[in-house]
Parts: sequence; C-alpha cells; structure tokens
Amino acid sequence: MKLGRYRGALIPLVLIVLWELGAATGVLPPDTMSRPSEIVVAGWDALLDGSLLLATAQTFQTALIGLALGSCIGMVIGIFVGLSPILEGIIGPTLDTVRPIPAVALIPLALLIYGFGVRMEVLVITYATVWPVLIVTISAVRGIEPRLLEVAQTLEMPTFSRMRRIVLPAALARIAVGIRVSAGVALVVAVTVEIVLNPQGLGYGMIIAAQSLRPELMWAELLWVGFAGWAFNTLLSLIDRRWLRRYQPGGAEGR
Amino acid sequence: MISRRGILLKIGAVIFAAAVIYLWQLAADARLISPVFFPSPTRTWGAFLAMEERGDVWWPMASTALRMFYGWVLASLAGIVLGGAIARSGPVRAYLEPLLEFLRPLPASAIIPPAILFLGLTSKMAVTVIAFGALWPVLLGAYHGFRSVPPQLVEMAAAMRMKSMAFIWKVALPNALPDIFAGVRVSLAIALILAVVTEMQAAQTGLGFNILMAQRSFRSPELYAGTIVLGILGFFTNYALVRAEKHLLRWRTLTR
Repeated sequence: MKLGRYRGALIPLVLIVLWELGAATGVLPPDTMSRPSEIVVAGWDALLDGSLLLATAQTFQTALIGLALGSCIGMVIGIFVGLSPILEGIIGPTLDTVRPIPAVALIPLALLIYGFGVRMEVLVITYATVWPVLIVTISAVRGIEPRLLEVAQTLEMPTFSRMRRIVLPAALARIAVGIRVSAGVALVVAVTVEIVLNPQGLGYGMIIAAQSLRPELMWAELLWVGFAGWAFNTLLSLIDRRWLRRYQPGGAEGR
Repeated sequence: MISRRGILLKIGAVIFAAAVIYLWQLAADARLISPVFFPSPTRTWGAFLAMEERGDVWWPMASTALRMFYGWVLASLAGIVLGGAIARSGPVRAYLEPLLEFLRPLPASAIIPPAILFLGLTSKMAVTVIAFGALWPVLLGAYHGFRSVPPQLVEMAAAMRMKSMAFIWKVALPNALPDIFAGVRVSLAIALILAVVTEMQAAQTGLGFNILMAQRSFRSPELYAGTIVLGILGFFTNYALVRAEKHLLRWRTLTR
C-alpha cells in the first residue's frame, strides 16, 4: 500500500485540515473551535513568554512532591503488611474501606485545612498515589522467595538490614511498577485539582483560558498537557529500563 | 484451626477499625487539631443524620451515581467495540492507533474546559467527560482480550467455517470478557472520580457539589459525612461489579 506506515497520520491530518477550513469559512463556531493555525500561534506565544513553562513547572513540582510522599507511605505500609499476614488481617479491612473514597472527594477537605496553594494539592496527590504503590508493594513483598527470608532469619539479620538487604532489592522491580502507575495518577490528579479550584499550574491555565473566551489558548494548553503527559511517561519508562531492570531476576519474574 | 485464626483476625480487624475511630474521637475531643477542620466522629454522624433528614444524602447520591452510570455505560460500550475492532482488524489499527495513543495519556479532567465550552455547565457535559475518561481502561482491556484469542481456537473456528460475526460472538468475546471486566472495574472508579470533579466544576447537583458547598461554608462535619458517603458509593458500586463478574465468569472456574 502506498500510504504504508503513515496511515495513522491520515485521520488526524484530514481532521485538522477540515477544522481549519471549517473555521475559516465560519461553519464552525469560532468561540469554541478556534483555527488550528491560531492554536499554534497561541501556544507558541505562551511558550515564549514563559507562562506555559511556569505553569508546567508548578504542576510537575506538586505532582512530584505528592508522588514522593505517597510512594514512601505506600511502600512503608505495604512492606509491613506484606511481611505479616496477621497485620494484613487486622488493618486490611480498614484500608479497604478507606480506599474507595475518590481522591477528588478530598479536595474540599484539603482546601479547608490548607487553603489554596501547593500544600492542599500535595495532600490530595499524596492520598491518590498511596494506593497503587501500597497494593503492588504488598503483593511484591508477599511474592519474595521465602528462602531469602529464611536466610535472613538464619543469619539473624536485624530488622533494618533485613529490609535493606533482602526485602527491598527483591521487591523493588515490582514496586517500581506501582510507582509508575502512581506517577501517572499524580499528574492527572494535579491537573484535576487545578481545574477544579487550585489557582496554579496547567489545569488552572486551561480553565482560565476557557473562561476568558480565549479558546485558542485553551486548545494549545490542552495539547501541551497531552504532550507533557506523554513526555513524562516516556521518561519514566526510560528510567525503568535504564536503572531498574537489573533488579529483575532474568525471566524469573513470575506473573 | 485455620477458621479459628480467621475469626481472631476478623475480631482484630474490627477492634482496629474501632480503635481508629476512637482515636479520631479522642483527638477531636482533645482539640489537637482545630475542630473547624477536624470534627469528631459523633459530630460527623450527627451531621449525617441531619443531612439524611433534609434529604441531602440519597438524592444527591442518586444523581451522582446516575451520571457516573451513564458515562460508564457509554464508555464501556464504546471501549469494547473500539478495542475489539482495533484488535481484530489490521486497517482499523493502522488508521486509529496513533490518534488513540495521543489521546490516551491526556488527563481526563483536561477535557473539562473544552467540554464546558461546547456543552456548557450541563449534565451532558459531565457525562461526556466521564465517558471520555472511563473509555481507556475498557478499550485497553478489550484490546488485550481480543488480541489474545488462543491460535488453536482461531484455527478451529476457521476449520468450522465460522462466520466472522459468530466468531466474535462465540469465541472472541467470551475470551476477552475477563480482560474487559478488569478494564470496566478501573473505569468505574474513574467514572466516580470524574462525576465528582464535574459536579464541583459545573455546579451539578450531587455529593461532590454538596461537599464543596459544605467546605465553602465551613460546615466541616457535613464535609466529612459527605466524603464518607462518597466512599460508600464507591465501595458498593465496585462490590456490585465484582459480584457480577463472578456470576458472569463462573464458567471459567468450571472449565479450568
């Protein structure tokens, strides 16, 4: 076939051309569907005057702080719960009852406690990112080769070095998977909190652009958010491949 | 022996939950944190009862659940059809995959601003956003499920000259169901989240809007009660789906 591997670009290209033509001839309402060329210009301007980059930095900063906190909490609880079935039986049901509370339901609460700003957003992101890490950590720790734990027992390793030498290295590869999931969640929740009410970052920029009837800027920021999300994801999988693969026992990674 | 251990653990779990609530009460009574932010469980329960009496629990819950349900059903249907089409047809995959790959990492809430521009602050907007966000897990699940039809089954269907519709209906879809269910469950959680977000953003009646209002007027007991009710909604919808999955997939345990 002549089109070959460029077929994937066909539909988007046709849509963009139709969009441009439709907007130029006034078929499409200009107050919602600004022309693709205007969108590019608006995005370029926002990029040059630094507002887009500042918003991106704000969003990623809060997302990363929340992710770091959430991952640590999830890992610590997960390791203890994973190592002890008794502990799991006792606190598991409580965790299961809290977990279905959607993170965004905490937005009003976080706002009440901290007011607008970085801290309330971090609180919501932390809550949201705990769960994937927690769940994966529990199953990773439980999947550790029992003989390794027996070795630790035989050597009478103290708890801390047992954690550091045996449990963490054995479970790290799978915990990293949970952290990757959480990283995606962190970005989504950050943008969501900003769209709903926190006046900072990319989400706020979008909602303000929409409310001040600058649809071209809003579309440009939407594209940018998509791009930023994609770049973030790619970066994470690069990190994963570069540094974390070595912890994966070759092929022995069951399930 | 095992069952006795199980019972002991259950008792332990109840005691732990009770202890958490008790500590919450103690901390609130001792005013470790200002009661403006941190009402005690008894005040929260009182607020819940008051809300219930005013009819501020079940109606908002129903409207949140309904919007979430519509969006989720739309997303599930679209996700299964699209996922199946992309998985079983080369041309569809070649044309659509890059576009979908671009849309997928987009945070679902990021389409709220354009959705508001198009549809205004309406229920339709909320359902659209919910459907968009909840689409991806189902789509991915369906894609995996339809892709992973065992080659023996494909060959067998070819040998029996099954029509392609019959193949999809009798072989591919049942094979994909477990994966679809996994996706649908994730979608349900996302749908609840987006239902709450769109309510907060678009002032639609519902639990999300109510807790935001409670916050704005510093009625923290109502805020806590509303948040917990949302959690209960999430818990039971997920539970219902797990039961449905067990029921619909019971042939799986029989055949294996």
